[in-house]
Order: sequence, then C-alpha cells, then structure tokens
Amino acid sequence: MTLNLFYFLSFLAVLSALMVVFSKNPVYSVLYLIITFFAIAGHYVLMKAEFLAVVHLIVYAGAIMVLFLYVIMLLNLNKETEPHKNNILKFAATICSGLLLIVLIGSLKGTELLGKGHISPNSTIGNVKNLGKVLFTDFLLPFEIASILLLAAMVGVVMLAKSEKKININE
Amino acid sequence: MIPIEYYLWLSAVLFSIGVLGVLYRRNAIIIFMCIELMLNAVNLVMVAFSNYLNDAAGQIFVFFIMAVAAAEVAVGLAILIMTYRNTKSTDINILNRLKW
Repeated sequence: MTLNLFYFLSFLAVLSALMVVFSKNPVYSVLYLIITFFAIAGHYVLMKAEFLAVVHLIVYAGAIMVLFLYVIMLLNLNKETEPHKNNILKFAATICSGLLLIVLIGSLKGTELLGKGHISPNSTIGNVKNLGKVLFTDFLLPFEIASILLLAAMVGVVMLAKSEKKININE
Repeated sequence: MIPIEYYLWLSAVLFSIGVLGVLYRRNAIIIFMCIELMLNAVNLVMVAFSNYLNDAAGQIFVFFIMAVAAAEVAVGLAILIMTYRNTKSTDINILNRLKW
C-alpha cells in the first residue's frame, strides 16, 4: 500500500518536474512546480515528517510560488513567444544532465549500507514536539542567525527593487 | 516498508531534471524554478536519511534550507525585476557582459 503510494507520488513528481522544464508558458511551469511540491509534501508525510510537510506546503506552495506568479504577472511574461536556445545547445543540455544522472546512480549503487535500509513507518522524530525541542536546544544559534538572514534579505530586496526614478502618478 | 535507496534514486532523478532545466531554458524565471527543484531533491534525501538514522538533525537542516531558499528567491526575483527594468527582457543571453 505505501509502496504503491510511493510509486504514484514519485511518478507525479517526476512527470510534473519534466513539464516544468518543457512547457512553453511560464505560468504553466509555475503550476506544474506546485504539483511537484505537493508530491514532495506527500513524500514527507510518508516518511513521518508531518511538521516539515506542513511547513513545506506553507513556505513553497504558499509563499514562494505566489511570489513567482506575481513576478510573472508583473513582468507580463505569460505568453509563449520567448526565445529558445538552438537545437545543438538543447541536445548538449540533455546529454549533460543525463550523464549527471548516470554518474549519481552509479555512485549510489556502489555504496554498501543502502541495501538493507528501510524507511521506518512509525518513527516519532518528525513530530512538532521533538523537532521543537531539538530546534530550541541544539540549534538555537543557527535559528537566531536565520532570523538575521531573513531581515537582511528583506532590506536587500527593498533596496534592489526600489525604483530609481521618481514615479509621476499624474501621467 | 520503502527501501531508502528508492528515495535516493528519486532524488537523483529530480536533481538531474533541475540541472536539465537550468541548462535547457533561457528564461531566468524558469531557471530559478529549476534551482528550487534541485533544493527540494536535496531536502527529500535529507529527510529520508533523518528517518533512517533516527536523528532529528536532518529535518532541522531541511528547515534551515527552506528559510535560506525563501531569502534567495526574494533577492533573486528583486534582481530579476531590476534587470527587466533595464533590458525589458528576462532572457539570460542579454546579460552576457561579464563573459570573459
């Protein structure tokens, strides 16, 4: 049962990830990427990481993808007339990523510990209580530094995206 | 009972699709989305090993990667809007002035 669910979610994730790359319209790419993120959240639930599944949905599907869609609508890119690379470069890109996949799978097949390992279906380390305890004891300093990072990113974004010319409203 | 190597293979495939997208497309927004795809492939394998080794540190790392990814996307899209304001395009081939 869980194995069938795993196959279904993997198929959905890989198919929609391919559609992100190959769909012509950027809006469709964003929507397919949202499907991929939902499938990955399903994988997190299968691995008993419920907290991460919820955070993943909120942060990625809720915030980051809305930001992408907003920028696409703002820049008016929702048309299918964007320039494409020529066919030789596309072929080279496909060959390169295929070779990377072969190298990754070949190196993973050479490792020894992977043959016996299983995802334990009743693990309790992924619940909110346990993760919160670890986050606020062992990882307290990185947690605070992450807040500084987000503050710096916010200030930087406002500085970057600020218009240099004064906008005349009456025009 | 899902073997952990299935997750490694799925994550390798997703990472390769992300690399394919970065190399294949010319639209900078699609390239950003493919970078997100690669980050998520790494997150997936981290959660799988966190479950397998019964160690919560992997899931905390995934949490921090999500925070860094959110900051990265915000800054990257701001840079993209700025370049669009100057060049009226998100084509990365226009931005080749730093090439040797």
